[in-house]
Amino acid sequence: MKFPRHLLSIGDLNQESALAVLDTAKELARISDGQIKKLPTLRGRTVVNLFFEDSTRTRISFETAAKRLSADVINFAAKGSSVSKGESLKDTALTLQAMGADAVVIRHHASGAPQRLADAGWIAGPVINAGDGTHEHPTQALLDAFTIRQHLKRDNANLDGLKIAIIGDILHSRVARSNIFLLSMLGASVTVIAPPTLLPVGIESWPCSVSFRLEDSIEEFDAIMTLRIQRERMEEAFFPSEREYSRYYGLNGDRLAQLKDGAIVLHPGPMNRGVEIDAKSADSVRSVIVDQVTNGVFIRMAVLYLLLSGTSINLSEEAKA
Amino acid sequence: MTRTVLTGEEISRAIRRISHEILERNKGADSLLLLGIPTRGVLLAQRIHAEISAIEGKAVGLGSLDITLHRDDLRMRAPRPLHRTEIPAGGIEGKDVVLVDDVFFSGRTIRAALDALGELGRPATVQLAVLVDRGHRELPIRADFVGKNLPTSRNEQVRVQLEPLEGEDSVVLEA
Amino acid sequence: MSNSFKLVNARLASNERTSLTVESGVITSIGENSSGSMEEIDLKGKLLCPSFVDLHTHLREPGKEDAETVASGTRAAVRGGFGAIFAMPNTNPVADTAGVVEQVHSLGIEEGRCDVLPIGAVTRGQEGKQLAEILAMAHSRANVRVFSDDGHCVSDSLLMRRALEYVKIFDGVIAQHAQDPELTKDAQMNEGVISSRLGLKGWPAVAEEAIIARDVLLADHVGSRLHICHVSTEGSVEIVRWAKARGIQVTAEVTPHHLLLTDDLASTFNPIYKVNPPLRTERDVHALRDGVADGTIDIVATDHAPHPLEAKECEWPAAAFGMIGLESAFAIAYHSLVKSGSISLQTLIAAMTTKPAVIGGLSDRMSGLTVGAPACLAVIDLERTWTIDREKVESKSSNTPFHGFEVEGLVESVLYRGQWVMRDGVIRK
Repeated sequence: MKFPRHLLSIGDLNQESALAVLDTAKELARISDGQIKKLPTLRGRTVVNLFFEDSTRTRISFETAAKRLSADVINFAAKGSSVSKGESLKDTALTLQAMGADAVVIRHHASGAPQRLADAGWIAGPVINAGDGTHEHPTQALLDAFTIRQHLKRDNANLDGLKIAIIGDILHSRVARSNIFLLSMLGASVTVIAPPTLLPVGIESWPCSVSFRLEDSIEEFDAIMTLRIQRERMEEAFFPSEREYSRYYGLNGDRLAQLKDGAIVLHPGPMNRGVEIDAKSADSVRSVIVDQVTNGVFIRMAVLYLLLSGTSINLSEEAKA
Repeated sequence: MTRTVLTGEEISRAIRRISHEILERNKGADSLLLLGIPTRGVLLAQRIHAEISAIEGKAVGLGSLDITLHRDDLRMRAPRPLHRTEIPAGGIEGKDVVLVDDVFFSGRTIRAALDALGELGRPATVQLAVLVDRGHRELPIRADFVGKNLPTSRNEQVRVQLEPLEGEDSVVLEA
Repeated sequence: MSNSFKLVNARLASNERTSLTVESGVITSIGENSSGSMEEIDLKGKLLCPSFVDLHTHLREPGKEDAETVASGTRAAVRGGFGAIFAMPNTNPVADTAGVVEQVHSLGIEEGRCDVLPIGAVTRGQEGKQLAEILAMAHSRANVRVFSDDGHCVSDSLLMRRALEYVKIFDGVIAQHAQDPELTKDAQMNEGVISSRLGLKGWPAVAEEAIIARDVLLADHVGSRLHICHVSTEGSVEIVRWAKARGIQVTAEVTPHHLLLTDDLASTFNPIYKVNPPLRTERDVHALRDGVADGTIDIVATDHAPHPLEAKECEWPAAAFGMIGLESAFAIAYHSLVKSGSISLQTLIAAMTTKPAVIGGLSDRMSGLTVGAPACLAVIDLERTWTIDREKVESKSSNTPFHGFEVEGLVESVLYRGQWVMRDGVIRK
C-alpha cells in the first residue's frame, strides 16, 4: 500500500490506506484512553494551521491532534494577518515554507486551494485539506467513517453492508462529497436525500443512490447523517423557507422513532437546531455527534502521523521491519 | 546466503533459561510484568509468561508495548501501522518490568520503549530480555537476559521466525 | 529590399503550386506568366496564404499594459501569422467612444505590423444599460464595424434588439458574448459531472444556448447581422445551424482551445485552464468540429486573452478567465480540424482569412489571394513540428494552456502590405 503524500481529497486514498487511517486512529484512541496523553512522535516538527475561513472547531481539533503528538503548532488565520491585506496564497505559502513548516493544514473558501498549494511547488511538506470551498473535507469523512464503524461494526472491518443516508445540501457540501466517496469505497451503500435544487448535476454518476423524499425509506438506514443548511441558500431560491425545509427534510422526533433499532444519527456540526435537526434528535441516545468530535482528534492524529512519517508505505513489507 | 543460527529446540531452551534467570534475578514473580515489543517480542513474552507461570504455579503480569510512536527515525522511515499496547489493569507503577524483544541491535527500539514507559508511570525496575543480541549498539543500553549472543556484520540480516507467524521456530542469518 | 519581388514555388491551400508577384505592397500577378526580371524568393513548396484575420483579440491597452500592449499583441499576432486583429473593447477605459477606438487604431498604425481594428462597445462602459455612441465610433478614423460587450453579455433583450437595429445604418454587426448572467453567477467552469465533483460552480451550456436562441430570433425579427462569439456547446451549434437554415443572418466563431481541450483539465485546479466560456466536454468538442465542417461555424477566432502571472498563480476561483492564443492558433486549429479529418486545409484557411474579413467588414481582405489585394501573406511550413513554449511567446503574458504541446505547422514569414514583418521566424523591430 502507498500512503499518499498529501491528503487533499478522498480520491487520494484507496480502501487499504483509508482503513490504515481508521486502524491507526483506533489504536491512538486506545492509547489515549489509557494513560498516555501525549506522544513524542512529532517532536520538533512544525504543523501550520492555515485557515482562510473561520472554523474554530476544525482548527482546535487539528491543533489538539498535533499537540498530542508533540508537534509545534502555528496558527495562521487569514483574519488579522497579512492575508486579509490581500497577500496571495502563493506568498503566504512561501512565507510558511521559509519558516520551516513541516506540514500545512489548510482550510480555504476556494475549492481546490489545497491542491494548488500542494501542486504548485510552493510548499515542500505534506498538505492536509481541512475543508476547501464546496469541494472536500476528507478528515471529516474519515472521522465519520470511524464513528460509524465504532458503533456499527466490530474490529477493524470495513463498512460492508451498511446503509447510510446523507440528507440535505449535497450541492454545497464538502462533507457530503468526501463522505459519499469514502463511505462507498469502504463498502457502505450510500443514499443522498435532498430536494433536486440541492443536488449537483451529474450525481447519477456518483457511487450513491438519490432520493428526493426522506419519509420513503428512513427505516432502512443504519446511519443517518444530516447536513447543516445555510440560511443564504433560502435567499438564493434553493428552497422556499426554513419551515418547509425542516418539515420535509429535517430530522425530528417523529422521524427518529421510525429508525431501525441501533441506527445512529450523525451531524458534522455546527448544528442549526430546529432546521435540519431538532433538539430531541440531536440529544437522543442515537446521536453520536459528541463522539464525532472526540474521534476527530484521533483521525487527525493518525493522518498527521501517517503523512509525516515518510512519503510512501508498503504495509505488508513494513510488518517485517 | 542463509545460515540457521538457532533451531526450534535451541529457541525453546533459551526461553526456558531466560525464564529461570528472570525469576532468580527478581526473587519470584509477584511484582513481575512482562511487556513484549510487537511483533515477535509479544510472542516471546507470551512464551516466557507460560514458562514462569508453570514454574510458579500462578499467572504473572503480561502485556505489550508498541513503540512505533516513540521512534526517533520517523522522518527516514515509511509510515507503519500501529500495534497494540496492552497494559494490565494494575499499570506499571512499582512493577519490575521486563521488556521482551526478538533482536537487540542498535538499542534505539529499547530507548523508545523506555520513553514509552516513562509516559505510563514509574516502574520499580526495568529489565530487558532478548532472544538474540547481534551487537552494533548505538546507545548505552544493555540486555539483562540474552538467548544467544550472535556476532554479525552490519550488512547481515537476522531473521527471527516464530510460530504461529512463520509456521516454525528458527533464527536465520542472511548475508 | 526592393518593393517588388516574386514569390516562387509556393503551395496554395488548394495544394496547387504557383508563384505570385508583389509590387508596392499589392499582389500584381498570380501564376507563372509574370515578368521574370524581379527578385525571386523561393518558398520551397511551403504554404502561402493570406495572413490571418482574428475577429477576437484582447490587446489590454489602454489600462492593462502589464498583460499586453498593442506593441506586444501585434508581435504575437505576427508570430501567429495574423495580418489583421480585431481588438475587443474591454479595456480601461472601455472602448465605447470615438476617442478610445481612435487611440487603439492609431497605436496599431504606429506599430505597423498588422491592421489593428478596434471593436466598439455596444453599451456604455459595457454596463449593459445604455447604448454606447455606436455611430460616432463607426464614423471615426477607426471605422468601427464590429460592436461587442465581450466579457459581458448584452443580456437585456430590448437593448440587444436596439443595438442590432442601430448597426444597420452602416451594415455593422453585433458580436454577442452569449452568457445568461443569472444562470452563471460566480460560475467557474462547465457545469457537469466534473464541476460537481470538484465543487466548482457550474457554467451550464443552457446559459449560452438560451441567449443564442433569443438573439437569432431577434436578428431575424429586425433583419440584422448577428455574430456569435466563441461558440462552445453542442446545443449552440444546433441553434445556429437551425437559424442559418431559416436564412437568419447569423455567423459564429469558435476558438482553437474549444476545438481541442475539455473540462476534465479543471481537475488539476490549475487556473491555466480557466476560460470563459469554459472548456466543455468531449461531445461538445466534436460538435464544434462538425459545426465548422458543415459551415454552421464560419470562423476560427482566438479570444486571445492575456493575463499577468499573478492572475493565474492563485486558487481557481480567484483566477482570471482567459488564455492567450494568437501564436498557437493556426497550429492548434490545424491539428484539431485538418489533421483530425474534419475539414480541408482550404476550408481552415478561409475560416481564418476571408470569412472573418467578411464578417468584420474588412473590405480589402475579403477576396483572399487575388490580383489587386494588399500583399498581406503568411508562409507556413506545414511539415515543421514545433513545441509550444510559454517562455518563448511574444505576448507579454504566458497563460497558454498548450505549453509543451508538440504541434505541426509553423508560421515562418509574414508579409504585411508588401513588407516582411516576420522573415524566417525573425520579427522586424
